[in-house]
Amino acid sequence: MARPKRPNVPVVIDGHEVMAYPDDTVLSVAKRNGIRIPHLCALDGVSVYGGCRLCVVDVAERHKLMPACGTAVAEDMEVHTQSRTLQEHRKLILEMILAEGNHVCAVCVSNGACELQDLAVELGVDHVRPDYQFPRRTVDASHPKYTFDPNRCVLCTRCVRTCSEVEGAHVWDVAGRANGSYLIADLGQPWGEAPSCTWCGKCVAVCPTGALAWKGKAVGEMRHDPNLVAFLTSARDEGEWLDRETM
Amino acid sequence: MRRTNSAPSRPRIATIWLGGCSGCHMSFVDLDEWLFELRRHADIVYGPLVDRKDFPEDVDAVLVEGSVTNTDNLELAHQLRARSKVVISFGDCAVTGNVTALRNLVGEPGEMVYRVYAEHPDRDGQMPSEVIPDLLPQALPLHHVVPVDLFLPGCPPPAPRIRDALTSLLGIDDTPHGIRFG
Amino acid sequence: MAKVIDLDDVAVQEAEARSRYRWRVKVCSSTACDASGAGPARRAVEHSVEEQGLEHDVQVVPTGCMGLCSAGPLVRAEPRGGQATMFQQVDPQVGADIVERHVVGREDLSQHQLDENLPFFTRQERVVLSNAGRIDPERIEDYVAEDGYRALVTALRMRPRGLIETIEASGLRGRGGAGYPTAKKWAMLHDAESDQKYVVANGDEGDPGAFMDRAVMEDDPHRVLEGVALAAYATGASKAFLYVRAEYPRAIKRLEQAIRTAKRQRLLGKNILESDFSLDVEIRTGAGAFVCGEETALLASIEGQRGQPRMRPPYPTERGLYGKPTMINNVETLANLPDIIRRGPEWFRGMGTRVSPGTKVFALAGSLQHSGLIEVPMGLTLGEIIEEIGGGCPNGRTFKAAQTGGPSGGCVPASFRDLPVDFESLRQAGSIMGSGGLIAMDDSVSMPEVARFYMDFSQDESCGKCAPCRVGTLEMHRLLERICAGAGTERDLALLEQLTRTVRETSLCGLGQSAPNPVASTLEHFRDEYTALLRNEPVGVAHG
Repeated sequence: MARPKRPNVPVVIDGHEVMAYPDDTVLSVAKRNGIRIPHLCALDGVSVYGGCRLCVVDVAERHKLMPACGTAVAEDMEVHTQSRTLQEHRKLILEMILAEGNHVCAVCVSNGACELQDLAVELGVDHVRPDYQFPRRTVDASHPKYTFDPNRCVLCTRCVRTCSEVEGAHVWDVAGRANGSYLIADLGQPWGEAPSCTWCGKCVAVCPTGALAWKGKAVGEMRHDPNLVAFLTSARDEGEWLDRETM
Repeated sequence: MRRTNSAPSRPRIATIWLGGCSGCHMSFVDLDEWLFELRRHADIVYGPLVDRKDFPEDVDAVLVEGSVTNTDNLELAHQLRARSKVVISFGDCAVTGNVTALRNLVGEPGEMVYRVYAEHPDRDGQMPSEVIPDLLPQALPLHHVVPVDLFLPGCPPPAPRIRDALTSLLGIDDTPHGIRFG
Repeated sequence: MAKVIDLDDVAVQEAEARSRYRWRVKVCSSTACDASGAGPARRAVEHSVEEQGLEHDVQVVPTGCMGLCSAGPLVRAEPRGGQATMFQQVDPQVGADIVERHVVGREDLSQHQLDENLPFFTRQERVVLSNAGRIDPERIEDYVAEDGYRALVTALRMRPRGLIETIEASGLRGRGGAGYPTAKKWAMLHDAESDQKYVVANGDEGDPGAFMDRAVMEDDPHRVLEGVALAAYATGASKAFLYVRAEYPRAIKRLEQAIRTAKRQRLLGKNILESDFSLDVEIRTGAGAFVCGEETALLASIEGQRGQPRMRPPYPTERGLYGKPTMINNVETLANLPDIIRRGPEWFRGMGTRVSPGTKVFALAGSLQHSGLIEVPMGLTLGEIIEEIGGGCPNGRTFKAAQTGGPSGGCVPASFRDLPVDFESLRQAGSIMGSGGLIAMDDSVSMPEVARFYMDFSQDESCGKCAPCRVGTLEMHRLLERICAGAGTERDLALLEQLTRTVRETSLCGLGQSAPNPVASTLEHFRDEYTALLRNEPVGVAHG
């Protein structure tokens, strides 16, 4: 189903009427119209996951909160993105994510350029109420070009989806369950020994934290490029190859 | 901040250094000449920069650097909470545990101390003597031990951010640094 | 191609065969009675029959669950045309006595006789479990003799739409937990246009202490198959999966055997009963994850994917298994179908309440005189179930609260004795019907401790996909541990309440959304116990 030339589905977000394409989600139409809905696992160019739950919004006449990333627009849909309850939920969810791993900004390659750190500022998280879990996790530095530090992993699966859907290699996946869930390369091998890895680095580009990083980066030196995937998947249609700035 | 009638009229500020690297206090010293301005509005009654042994009574606000990592810290945490009106977690170690809490990932404190002292090649297998306070099972953020009123994150919090916190707390007329152009 | 079964013929032959015996001695061989020694008891009965040379007079029948598991192993001796007698706690010696002294000697074995006039038996109304404990589940003839597969014959003469209308008229609602109208789901799959549609039977009963579906699958497997065939015919599905948890090896074995037999008799497979309707049925085994009872996670598991839920919509009836329209019905829901078709929707509506018609199976457990598996009309009050059927708490204890719905449910205090047990009333009381776990608790129980137990389960069984459930349940469990240990603070309690709200309102699937229920309901009804623990005061009377 091809998109119509112009967006033709009226949707009301926080009192503003905006026009959406029929295949838009609440998050994508909000983004295009400059309405900020906090999100972490959502990534343009790969499939919807709906795991971080930070983008939950209130949709009129739905009895449950809906994740903006996975909610298709409908005509005259009325969405509220900033109620006090939503803000409280988002704040606590982010605190939970921070409590679950070992996020020590002071010694992280992504300090100062981290989506998780930025979300904390945006959502007003100046401390974490739940108990820190202090999990014991081992860094995988076996890959010649990249490192994987599971202490900083938030299980957003951007890398999993990017590797599987864009690169087609499916090196990454999630093993275990509950709070024992963890990222694995191939069949749980060290990343450097995972034969399916093509060294393309897309997973590193899209990581929202310092979990996946280039080797040799010191504190605060890592710059990710999460828009890379959206660019790769739409550039041909949009005729953008020549305009792209290199990393 | 309003003071009760019986107390002295000038606000009493304290700073304290628990399990941290003193970097937050370095940042405090980085306030430079503004420290004189601060002195005009408040008394600094306790801290590493003040020659006084015990944490005083009747403190208005205390900046607490560092996590709660040993029995000494724990005792001080309860003391400063009981004797202060406003407790401020000062810097990431106090707010999150930060680098100090990295030891929690190594395991039991005994294991860690042994690794650091006894197994260290430069230490001749020498363990710390008994005058050093016992480590708690885990290094914890201050607010997981006592109630905390304000949080000032950063490793360290930059001096302008400390200044903003103190000016708003003391009601000093000053331009906030967070939103200034240029 | 195999010959089509003649149901009348089989039923007549079976009745004849039965009438040749003067006595039928039924030995409960269900999982619960087996665990308390039904195997040796049955062998003792058989041995004794042989020894007395009564092989032609006494038939020993291994059956499914008779219900009163707490008194097992159970045996029922039925003389031809006479009054049956039930026996409890049958060890090998009692087993031999039943044959030698009761059957032969016509003596009373008063010590082991069980009064079938107990409210535990008389207050029940058995539909789904009508054959459980009465027939040999491994023989299709036994099922056919109880009018088995007659509904399928009737249905195949109807239009699928007509079948859906019948179910709609019956008011049947899903027995898996939420009580969604079954006919609505059916209509959605019926109306979906696709070259392939699927029906899935959800037998992934994961609630701790719940064994309703296990009993149905083990004790009356053909009833489940007939239900599946009816659902598939009504909706236009040509392939069905039975998703059974791996912890139920006997259910899997019985269902496998039943599928083979039914296929041979042309009750499943190609051109069922010589009609145009074909249905291929396959069993898929779960791998021990509670979350795979959630329908989208269940479908992922059947596909061989990681058992994690996904967002709905699209609903499975639009895009389900392998991307095709799929309908998932709970085993107990399916087991209701043959009787509804055979006896008509009005008969079904005659039981239960207006909005929750029919019966419900409960696994009745906890501090009770009589516990086990019961089937009662919807709308019976909590007090009737706990105090009459269950006989109240033993050892002079006082009934304090009932836990319904397992880890997704909540605790209802004793003051709700008059609460009708149906979908809506339980939800209003802060709990849920769930799949049918019902645990009675007496005054020795600490309610925060109960919440802690369930939260421990939930934090372990969270699939790990969404942050609020993965981390929130873990953090809630930590807080509850601290509070129960008397080390909690007011701030801990406030955070627990905030987590309850956030996990409930923002989790991805129904299991995450309902995981805080045990905490929320105990906070609602037993808040004083939490605050007592904050003051480090004891809660619940110590056992003594």
